[in-house]
Amino acid sequence: MRPFTYERATSPADAAAKAASIPGARFIAGGTNLLDLMKLQIETPAHLIDVNGLGLDKIEDTPDGGLRVGALVRNTDLAADMRVRQHYGVLSRALVAGASGQLRNVATTAGNLLQRTRCPYFYDPNQPCNKRQPGSGCSAIGGVSRQLGIVGTSEACIATHPSDMAVAMRVLDATVETVRPGGAMRRIPIADLHRLPGDSPHVETTLERGELITAVTLPKPVGGAQIYHKVRDRASYAFALVSVAAIVHPDGTGRVALGGVAPKPWRVEAAEAHMKQGAKVVTAGLLADARPTDDNRFKVRLAERTLAAVLAEARG
Amino acid sequence: MKFDTPAAANPIDQLKVVGKATDRIDGPLKTTGTAPYAYERHDVVANQAYGFILGSAIAKGRITRMDVAAAKAAPGVVAVVTAENAGTLGKGKWNTAALLGGPDIQHYHQAIALVVAETFEQARDAAGLIKVDYQAEAGAFDLAAARDGATVAKGEPDSTVGDFNGAFATAPMRLDATYTTPDQGHAMMEPHATIATWNGDKLTLWTANQMINWGVKDVSQTLNIPQENIRLISPYIGGGFGGKLFVRSDALMAALGARIAGRPVRVALTRPLMFNNTTHRPATIQRIRIGATREGKITAIGHESWSGDLPGGKPETAVQQTRLLYAGANRLTAMRLAVLDLPEGNAMRAPGEAPGLMALEVAMDEMAEKLGMDPIKFRILNDTQEDPEKPGRPFSQRQLIACLQQGAERFGWSKRNPKPASVREGRWLVGMGVAAGFRNNLVTKSAARVRLDAQGMVTVETDMTDIGTGTYTIIAQTAAETMGVPLEKVAVRLGDSSFPVSCGSGGQWGANNATAGVYAACMKLRQAVAGKLGFNAAEPHFADGHVSSGGHTVSLAQAAKDGDLVAEDLIEYGDLDKKYQQSTFAGHFVEVAVDSATGEIRLRRMLAVCAAGRILNPKSARSQVIGAMTMGAGAALMEELAVDKRRGFFVNHDLAGYEVPVHADIPHQDVVFLDEVDPISSPMKAKGVGELGICGVGAAVANAIYNATGVRVRDYPITLDKVLDHLPEVT
Repeated sequence: MRPFTYERATSPADAAAKAASIPGARFIAGGTNLLDLMKLQIETPAHLIDVNGLGLDKIEDTPDGGLRVGALVRNTDLAADMRVRQHYGVLSRALVAGASGQLRNVATTAGNLLQRTRCPYFYDPNQPCNKRQPGSGCSAIGGVSRQLGIVGTSEACIATHPSDMAVAMRVLDATVETVRPGGAMRRIPIADLHRLPGDSPHVETTLERGELITAVTLPKPVGGAQIYHKVRDRASYAFALVSVAAIVHPDGTGRVALGGVAPKPWRVEAAEAHMKQGAKVVTAGLLADARPTDDNRFKVRLAERTLAAVLAEARG
Repeated sequence: MKFDTPAAANPIDQLKVVGKATDRIDGPLKTTGTAPYAYERHDVVANQAYGFILGSAIAKGRITRMDVAAAKAAPGVVAVVTAENAGTLGKGKWNTAALLGGPDIQHYHQAIALVVAETFEQARDAAGLIKVDYQAEAGAFDLAAARDGATVAKGEPDSTVGDFNGAFATAPMRLDATYTTPDQGHAMMEPHATIATWNGDKLTLWTANQMINWGVKDVSQTLNIPQENIRLISPYIGGGFGGKLFVRSDALMAALGARIAGRPVRVALTRPLMFNNTTHRPATIQRIRIGATREGKITAIGHESWSGDLPGGKPETAVQQTRLLYAGANRLTAMRLAVLDLPEGNAMRAPGEAPGLMALEVAMDEMAEKLGMDPIKFRILNDTQEDPEKPGRPFSQRQLIACLQQGAERFGWSKRNPKPASVREGRWLVGMGVAAGFRNNLVTKSAARVRLDAQGMVTVETDMTDIGTGTYTIIAQTAAETMGVPLEKVAVRLGDSSFPVSCGSGGQWGANNATAGVYAACMKLRQAVAGKLGFNAAEPHFADGHVSSGGHTVSLAQAAKDGDLVAEDLIEYGDLDKKYQQSTFAGHFVEVAVDSATGEIRLRRMLAVCAAGRILNPKSARSQVIGAMTMGAGAALMEELAVDKRRGFFVNHDLAGYEVPVHADIPHQDVVFLDEVDPISSPMKAKGVGELGICGVGAAVANAIYNATGVRVRDYPITLDKVLDHLPEVT
């Protein structure tokens, strides 16, 4: 860990302004990912801006019948909120499928969205990694890649985004609210928050330097059977091999997003038009551009079978 | 005390304390966080500095240049140790690679430098400033690719009985199958950690080590200093599983750091360093051939195993149980060792047997199916009460059949549908599996010292270790039983090289040998007590804190009123282990459910029925077995050190990547111990259970998965991708 300075921000705008102006500044909230990365010197911030005291920890009704989830709402509290459990079941289920109870007690909504990949090559500073050290190459390609991405990846990076929560938020069409360094607010559809790696996998989101997530809003409830099915090697406390977030309406229409397969929550709206035709067709659409490795080719079939199980469950 | 004839009735047989389910006497220290583990010994010596180990970034090659100037100049840095300033180092008997590398690099994350600083963070930061240039060399990292070049390992010749090839070729029923097990890590909670301090030429190490005396010898050999100048102190160990049998880089680098810095230094391995810097259980490729009559009698059994290690290393002895477990007149076992440039392999809980039974006991299941026999019946039919390689050499006790039969009854084996993939509950495919568990009982000498004071307190001192197993408690029970005092009147001090040399903790030999050594010392103390009290006639009786003889009763404390009475002795063994095969047995039963859509495999129930001699403390013995069963479940379903075959290292080197079972994976476990006393093993009539518990579990899981799905997976771990393609359509 490199020495760093630390301050508590006084307002979201203050936090954003400082993060933009102080070289090497990073926000810290729960710290469940950042502190690990600092210990490994993968992240070496010169300055930490603690946003925990900013009051962004409330879940409020919005005028249009949705919910506004503060950036600092802990994963545990969000999963347990009665409104979330009643109307956004897929989100509650995704949250409790993630991490462990201890981590969820600390991890925040915005931090969950901005957590970094768990690619093992990213985590080993001896290994080339374009995400960690731009231009150094990707050692995961041709290496151990069973957990890694099959779609949306590039020649430069095959890492996945590890979040469960974000997959559910994607299927719910959530919107990310931010404050920019100049104090202006911005609303970003969650589909546009995470970038695909292309040839610059170190640039992971569309946030500007210093831009602070203040909340995530959920549109008014859409009903339907809301299912999150996370498939993993052990029963708990493991990242998804594949996860399926789905909302299925009684008429068989619905929405689906995949986790564990791509650098961002993976949803292809065009594929959802075929929901009534079943998992095979939808998955074919979702993963039409998949380029799996030998290690993770099974994820294509696994995604299809998991979606089929989810659709069967939705039918009851 | 020489133990060379079967044990007669003795004070342990009273079973007033021994054999009773007893809470750990060190439990309150553990639950209140006050048991002092190595890295937490802030109190033992002042002015401790922090050391941080830098591991090699390549697997094989040379360091061509190392620039430590920036690290030395970094804030708080006290010293930097590398091969250049470490002095001439030897290598311990139990190490394969050097603990400090450079300029030659033998494996990934081999220690190449230690930075000593005022704080841990400063040391870690400065270690990142060391610039290292490497000349990497191509290495061998793929066991399958190296298999053909593997050779017979020194001291591990093939074993043959009869004519295996002929008998197998002519057997009416034959199985020939190949299985693989991956590299596995110990992944214990407490990292390897040491605080070192020098006083003149005397070195003290507070460390985490299972085998204190081996440790003293290897530190001596590595640092080229006399054994009498070394003290190892290791009273509490946060898990070892074989990973702490040996001196590792934390101890050596702490000692070197303290010498160069001129002050005490503490070093712990970081979690990412543990998987490649230390030892691991090596991967195996195993070919098993079984020939049998149509009635199911085994006529030929062959087991060959390939594993790899660094030059000078050893094979994973995956065939050793096959020499003893089943009858059959024609036998062959063989091991071949390939040179691999991965980190060194060595013992992990039940080395040899654990991966060996993961193959053998699946082969037995496969053969039973070929024969159309129940797999329990097939095993019973081929049971043997004598060493199959040495007819006439009996097992001291062998209750495998009882383990299997009682297990079958308790588990509801009769409800198992022998036709695979035929039981479905909702989306789950359900199956049951069985396997035999087998692990030898090893006898080795072990010493202890006992002291009686004027308060009637009995204090036991031995360099035996408690690696979380419950050793403190069974030693206290042994002393309490022998001296006729309640448990509260016994104090136990362990893990200090200034105490008499014990057997140490490993190979499930700790419980029987260490307590037998304490028993020997207590019997000597009884003589001293009797002498002091003038009880010269009949053998005095020790009970309830009193000593009686010839109608005379006095308190035990009375014997020490003029000063402590001290006795020291050891247990040492004759040739009973040559005359008798001493082993422990289990029947492992598992029920699994496999998600018919996703292939996710989840355990439902596990049962182990064990026969392992006298169970000294049923409570801690049960804990040992359920822990081992959990580890066996991990081996079956998820544990694998994933090898990057280009770069030569274990990629998943943290606890997020190297998955071990969590609570949700292990829903229900039962353990039953059969009544057994084994007078051949020691005066305690006990054996061990800590490794028996893992032996066979993996195969029982694999067999249950086969029963559930009809998919026979021969490559561990059995992850969902290996069954996915064979599952029914999702409807």
